Amino acid sequence: MKILVPVKRVIDYNIKVCIKKDGSDVDLNNTKMSINPFDEIAIEEAMRLKEAGIATEVIAMSCGTLASTDVLRTALALGADRSILVELEHNPEPLAVAKLIKVVCDKEQATLIICGKQAIDDDSNQTGQMVAALLGWSQATFASEVKIDGDSALVTREVDGGLETLKVLLPAVITTDLRLNEPRYATLPNIMKAKRKPLDTFSAADLGVDVSPRLTLLKVLEPTKRTAGVMLENVDALIGKLKTEAKVI
Amino acid sequence: MTVLVIAEHDNKVLKSSTLNCLAAAGELNAEIHLLVAGHQVSSVIEAAKIVSNVAKVLVADAEQYVFHTAENIAELVTSIASTYSHILVSATTFGKNMLPRVAALLDMSQISEIVSVESEDTFIRPIYAGNALAMIQSSDAIKFITVRATAFDAVLDSGGNAEVEMLSATADTLLSEVIGREISAGDRPELTAAAVIVSGGRGLGSEKKYYQLLEPLADKLSAALGASRAAVDAGFAPNDYQVGQTGKIVAPDLYFAIGISGAIQHLAGMQSSKVIVAINKDEDAPIFQMADYGLVGDLFDIVPELVAKL
Ligand SMILES: Cc1cc2nc3c(=O)[nH]c(=O)nc-3n(C[C@H](O)[C@H](O)[C@H](O)COP(=O)(O)OP(=O)(O)OC[C@H]3O[C@@H](n4cnc5c(N)ncnc54)[C@H](O)[C@@H]3O)c2cc1C
Ligand SMILES: Nc1ncnc2c1ncn2[C@@H]1O[C@H](COP(=O)(O)O)[C@@H](O)[C@H]1O
Repeated sequence: MKILVPVKRVIDYNIKVCIKKDGSDVDLNNTKMSINPFDEIAIEEAMRLKEAGIATEVIAMSCGTLASTDVLRTALALGADRSILVELEHNPEPLAVAKLIKVVCDKEQATLIICGKQAIDDDSNQTGQMVAALLGWSQATFASEVKIDGDSALVTREVDGGLETLKVLLPAVITTDLRLNEPRYATLPNIMKAKRKPLDTFSAADLGVDVSPRLTLLKVLEPTKRTAGVMLENVDALIGKLKTEAKVI
Repeated sequence: MTVLVIAEHDNKVLKSSTLNCLAAAGELNAEIHLLVAGHQVSSVIEAAKIVSNVAKVLVADAEQYVFHTAENIAELVTSIASTYSHILVSATTFGKNMLPRVAALLDMSQISEIVSVESEDTFIRPIYAGNALAMIQSSDAIKFITVRATAFDAVLDSGGNAEVEMLSATADTLLSEVIGREISAGDRPELTAAAVIVSGGRGLGSEKKYYQLLEPLADKLSAALGASRAAVDAGFAPNDYQVGQTGKIVAPDLYFAIGISGAIQHLAGMQSSKVIVAINKDEDAPIFQMADYGLVGDLFDIVPELVAKL
């Protein structure tokens, strides 16, 4: 079974984003970028399925500018066998990404797609569900445990009230939650090896996908900022403030 | 123009987040229909009928909807979508799981977790863990929207008198099946609806201490318990307690951050709280930069003292 893992290049999770002065967008110039943390977990899960003899090949793909090559190299260093860049001028919307993933999946005849549950830049949380819809496949989102059982996958999902176990028919799309696994570190030899692994590039037109946007970003606003309040001496002072000033207890 | 809201429920009780979602729908100034899909949902229909701003309750009652799996619910919503201008659901795990599937089946985009309705086609949503807000305009024929409950005050759950229409069920897709559920049932208020939240982080040190210290405080304040990701990962608290960018978004009147450093991913989930109290032994912890009241010191001394004096 082939596994396809879509990975996105996003702002590093340690960095706080700045908004451009004219409010037209966020400013990502000279910002540290990384593989989306959920996608690193997706690659790790795919690797574990390969190491368990369940998967035969792990293919990473990314849709974005040429700069996204670096996250594909990361995926390859973490063990993916080969990678595909769909080169675009702009960051695509989730629906467009889903269409591109579908076409690549059809070409590659993958049986399982493992996505992140959300990209930490746009926080959309849509792409995996959309791919499943376009392929007519089953979906298991927010996975914290995955077991392959013949022609099905047993997936434990993190849902609002607790946990849910889903049995989904393969082929399927799974999206990862944080506690699915602890991703490995890329070793230096593997980083070197990754440089020689295949990286194929296509355009959206090559794949016959219309990626024109449906949404327009009118402007980006600063959220109302909280400011530091007061530091209190002791518990009595805190209780006093909560009772008489904030009136919340 | 008619707006469809998809109700979240457990086949018995209508979830309160649905009322917040209906408030967002109300800002579109159009007739509102509420879809109740499930199995043996008579008590949900009774509750839905009297919600203040619902004109019609649509009911799909069939066995294949009992667990609200995305595949089957999406088939149903797709079958009735074309008559609506907007389709909304709360941005809970139920809504997030299901709505993108419907949107994609109809070749439309989705706008996730809106916090404001600017006009029929323009909405505001947080991006980058809430460090920026994007104002977005959609050109799609149907606007698919998930709603951040904390940004909209719930509509009244009584006073309405909606008509009820039964829908015929769509075929079971047979793609997925729920085979187990571990849903935490406690006496505490639901995290996303609680007026007071007592949240603990890695500073608590262990599961035993997490409960030993925080439960008495939560009991005194009738509070819900919450946690940072670090506390959940370390097994101090269950996963559904996690507050943050990738956990639950909360906005209580009073939020206690105890032994939590204040990483941006945590702040993303609680920065709309009315009053924030931080207790941390590190006076430089970032949480103090946004807390209304800060206490520097050992939580193992402070929390028991607080409980004793409340
Ligand atoms: C993709 C991604 C998503 C994430 N999503 C979330 C999310 O949704 N929610 C979330 O919370 N995190 C999330 N995180 C993790 C986040 O980055 C932080 O690692 C996490 O919030 C830290 O938790 P913490 O504050 O409990 O632990 P720490 O940062 O370790 O802080 C512990 C604090 O306890 C204090 N302390 C220790 N002992 C005592 C004592 N005896 N008395 C008083 N104070 C004490 C310390 O001074 C310290 O400030 C995410 C990370 C990533 C990469
Ligand atoms: N541009 C992209 N290229 C490749 N994969 C993507 C891209 N955007 C989103 N994804 C995948 O979809 C997941 C969810 O993203 P989103 O729906 O944007 O929150 C990510 O974790 C990735 O696995």
